[in-house]
Amino acid sequence: MTTTESVPAPASARAATSRPLLAVDGLGVEFRLRDARVRAVTDLHLTVRAGELLAVVGESGCGKSVLAHALLGLLPGNATTTGHAVLHESDGEPVDLITCGQRQLARRVRGRLVGLVPQSPATALNPVRTGRRLLAETLRAHGRDRADADQLAVDVGLDPADLDRYPHELSGGMAQRLVTALALAPDPALLIADEPTTGLDRPLVDHTLDLLRRRCDNGAAVVLITHDLAAARRVADTVAVMYASRVVEHRDTDELFTAPTHPYASALLDALPDRAFRPVPGDPPMLTALPPGCAFAPRCPHRTDTCAHPPEPTPVAGGGTVACHHPIRTGANP
Amino acid sequence: MTSTPHLLADEVTVGYGRQVVLDRVTVRIDRGETVGLRGPSGCGKSTLVRVLALLHQPDQGRVSIDGTAVSAVRYAVPVALRTRVAALFQSPRAAADPRLSLTDLIAEPLRATRTPEAAVRERVTELADLVGLTADLRSRRPHAVSDGQLQRACLARALVHRPDYLLCDEATAMLDASTQAHVAAVIRDYQLAQQAGVLVISHDQTLLERWSDRIVDLAGTAPART
Ligand code: SF4
Repeated sequence: MTTTESVPAPASARAATSRPLLAVDGLGVEFRLRDARVRAVTDLHLTVRAGELLAVVGESGCGKSVLAHALLGLLPGNATTTGHAVLHESDGEPVDLITCGQRQLARRVRGRLVGLVPQSPATALNPVRTGRRLLAETLRAHGRDRADADQLAVDVGLDPADLDRYPHELSGGMAQRLVTALALAPDPALLIADEPTTGLDRPLVDHTLDLLRRRCDNGAAVVLITHDLAAARRVADTVAVMYASRVVEHRDTDELFTAPTHPYASALLDALPDRAFRPVPGDPPMLTALPPGCAFAPRCPHRTDTCAHPPEPTPVAGGGTVACHHPIRTGANP
Repeated sequence: MTSTPHLLADEVTVGYGRQVVLDRVTVRIDRGETVGLRGPSGCGKSTLVRVLALLHQPDQGRVSIDGTAVSAVRYAVPVALRTRVAALFQSPRAAADPRLSLTDLIAEPLRATRTPEAAVRERVTELADLVGLTADLRSRRPHAVSDGQLQRACLARALVHRPDYLLCDEATAMLDASTQAHVAAVIRDYQLAQQAGVLVISHDQTLLERWSDRIVDLAGTAPART
């Protein structure tokens, strides 16, 4: 059994139901390299409810993409995992995405329960099949009518006529919409979108974000991995800020953007062009050489001797968690 | 027009096949200013950058640098003129040779113009410091660094010949907020120190407003006002 009640989740106004669809509990991912160990995810706790859109943000290399791959069972062979990520299906046994094994993942989970909108669509598409064929296969495999393909295409903003093209005949934006349609086809309860807007121009970015938002409003849960804070702010119910393999703050979107409590989250928001437009001072640590205490300490203006010990996630007034010995007081109403 | 030295796209027209991408577009970037370029997707912003960076020959119209008209592209342009303009693009992975260490990536344009090796090393160190690449990062190849670190190396490379004009085509679009602010700050400092002219293209209106001295609209294929 996993316990999720120990870490209170943000009390989002937009997420309708209270039962978590996904409960990530103490997840750790480590890679063994020839001469080093890389801690990509450390002691990570998160919950996502049906109808909730969680954005995971942070600098590149903070571990957010590894989190996505761990949830999909797509980690390479040199990775070891600890902890759990339990998916509670509405009709069926809960399944632990970390420990259930590749057979279960292939038969029951991937596609059907958990869908992925990948970062680089070009490598995700079978080059010798048209979009229509790919979509029809996916629909049929999940007991849906292949005639739904046209509607799916329209949903993602693709001209149904373009389904008859081969992947190499599609522009980057069209390929992205096709992989999105493929991820949506089985109607998964949990959709993981890993930097889905990279390389898209503005109208398509907005379209993709709106599409993810609509999935949530129709009852799915979405985990959006993104470096784009503006995108997170636009569509997410809650935001988890990752730093050096850990979630350092997890709050309701509006509360995080108005009153961040973790010094790193605050510094990251200050880098936005409509704020101070000032980079976070210093460099992120190497994941091969994380300091024993708080990983942000070398860059943190608030650090004290206490910070040599790793801070645990603790509740923030108004909901959510922060992992910091000296969080910035929000001054907000509880 | 005043006599401030400037980079000029003068009545530039570019078409691919039957499609006209730029139709008699005029954009002027003075030295010492940062111009933001705004326009809907598909309006030819990136093509305009390629024309100004002397990578693409316009069908009509011309580019001039400090009043000197340039009628060739790429290596056909004399070195002294070609190195006045540098460009930074959105995807550093597409632009960077994966076989080169970041040091060699930055040094390559200097070596290509037969700069003495001692001077190359000095300049590369200076630039790597400027963009904040540690000694450890400099020895790595592109696959072993993050997008943000690679883009900082590409920025150092773009500045290696001390260009008078720098063109940034969505150069921070795939970077996290902190790296974006860092790259923008380095470019801003360089622009002030060198009195360079900078062109910034971004879909992010907030970024354009914060970064640019003035913003130019490139609307569809209609001629843009400068
Ligand atoms: S734990 Fe200490 S060093 Fe880390 S963010 Fe909080 S105050 Fe800063």
